Amino acid sequence: MIRQSTARWSLFLFVLPALALYGLFGIAPLLTSMVMSLFDTSRTADVFIGLANYVYLFTQPVVSARFWNALGNNALYFTIHVCVEVPIGLLLAAFLTSGTLRRSEGIYRTLLFIPTTLSVVIVGFIWRLIINPLWGVVGFPLLGTAATALPTISLMGVWEYFGIPMIFLYSALIAIPDDLVEAARIDGATPWRIFWGVKFPLIVPQFGLIVILTFIWTFNGFDLVYALNGSAPGPNYSTDILGTFFYRTFFGSSGQVADLDLGATVATVIFFIMLLVTAAYFWLVQRRLRAHVA
Amino acid sequence: MALDMTEIDRRRAVRSSWTFERVLVHTVLVVFVLIALGPILVVIINSFKTTPAIFGGPFAPPTGDTFSLAGYGRVFTRGNFLLNYRNSLIVTTSSVLLTVVFSTLAAYALVEYRVRIVPFLAGLFVVGVMLPIRLGTIPIIQMMVALHLNDTLLALILVYTAMSVPLGVTLMMTYFRTVPPELKEAARVDGAGEFRTFRIVLPLVRPGLAAVATVTMLPVWNDLWFPLILAPGKGNQTVTLGVQQFVGQFLNDYPALLAALTLGAVPLIVLFTIFSRQFIRGLSAGYGK
Repeated sequence: MIRQSTARWSLFLFVLPALALYGLFGIAPLLTSMVMSLFDTSRTADVFIGLANYVYLFTQPVVSARFWNALGNNALYFTIHVCVEVPIGLLLAAFLTSGTLRRSEGIYRTLLFIPTTLSVVIVGFIWRLIINPLWGVVGFPLLGTAATALPTISLMGVWEYFGIPMIFLYSALIAIPDDLVEAARIDGATPWRIFWGVKFPLIVPQFGLIVILTFIWTFNGFDLVYALNGSAPGPNYSTDILGTFFYRTFFGSSGQVADLDLGATVATVIFFIMLLVTAAYFWLVQRRLRAHVA
Repeated sequence: MALDMTEIDRRRAVRSSWTFERVLVHTVLVVFVLIALGPILVVIINSFKTTPAIFGGPFAPPTGDTFSLAGYGRVFTRGNFLLNYRNSLIVTTSSVLLTVVFSTLAAYALVEYRVRIVPFLAGLFVVGVMLPIRLGTIPIIQMMVALHLNDTLLALILVYTAMSVPLGVTLMMTYFRTVPPELKEAARVDGAGEFRTFRIVLPLVRPGLAAVATVTMLPVWNDLWFPLILAPGKGNQTVTLGVQQFVGQFLNDYPALLAALTLGAVPLIVLFTIFSRQFIRGLSAGYGK
């Protein structure tokens, strides 16, 4: 057995490098942002101003309109991802694990995942070139029209990331014991029945997890929109999401002065939106699912 | 026994006949492979063509007349691609290396030692897998300025390691849990110290090291946010940022754009194809808990 004092010392030394970096550049900045949102740090001495930054964010007509616009767009961005990307991932995972493939399973899995390995910058430009009316493959300015711009960008994201839910659900599906599936097959169940009656109920927790991860990732989104449309994403802010809105507040852009405290306020608001939704999901849904499965 | 027979029969049936089910599965998968790879192939093919040929027949492969490397020439003379590659390589390998080493050390201790604070520390790392580190960007900028690290590659390395360590620790903990305790006890009975015991166990978790390395690599190489904010200077741009800036400058030079995109995409596709097994294992083990 290890002596308790040796254990304590060893634990400290082994964990220290990882914890120090994660704490210093991961956790501390998030907490500092929350504190900063309560201050005015633009003068020589920091002044505590309570919730004044939040009041400004939600009452200043232009700023609050931009915020709600970005939040709404982000909700649409997430909805398109969940409604298209996750079902595609489920379909492909189901087919990959349907038992009809032999050696080709690994090849399909690798090929289908390739778009996910690309940088969003590259994905965005690849698609912008392809759908550019100049090139003539698509005759309609999909990105230049307010109504179609955000769905178009969302679908580019879906094209890039469908490999993620696919691999998640794939690894959940291959973990299902063979004898369960075999028993159903002997009873004469069709592949369709086997999937929805036996396999899918067993992977519902992972299905829920990928939905909530998609939520976190899309609400953290920035790269694709910025690469395609810059930090004031048009046409007329129709593709503005929380990530680009946040970037503009602290970095500034044409027509907007950089404001670090307001940026910290926006970051805190986004953080609490994500925290609330994630916590609600884990408390209300995931706990019941686990109880149900167990 | 009866079950074994049906299994054998089924395998035989699968191998020999093209059932409706099998045709359907292959058809759908092939269609999706085409959707996934088609656009990438179109870009790669057209990067080797002249401008009129790019617009004249986007889907035609280059022929003797239409073949041209002019786009690549302009990318290398007007862009900073070699420098960008060097920066991305430095940032990615350093971050991956630090993440693998630090995560492995931490995960070993969190699995091995029964101290009261361990569940809290482990929980802190597990929660970190989902934590949006980007939202702390403003204090990160201020810290980097205070440390005189703004616009350096080191700033990126520090942030990326901090960002990747939670997933690394979570993953490595699952691998260390599979190590038989007898091995560690035997090492200690032989008089090995704690670090020596760790070294003895290490070869058993080698697949985990590969999984952590591959899962860390992609998001670091592909990130746009932190290079844009922490290291935007010409000398420190990564490939992702370099491509983004290049495209902004040469909006109408299609051959050069396509060449830049090809140069940005191909190395990762090759790397992923080589390491896809480790990558997929890491991804599913890290988030699946």
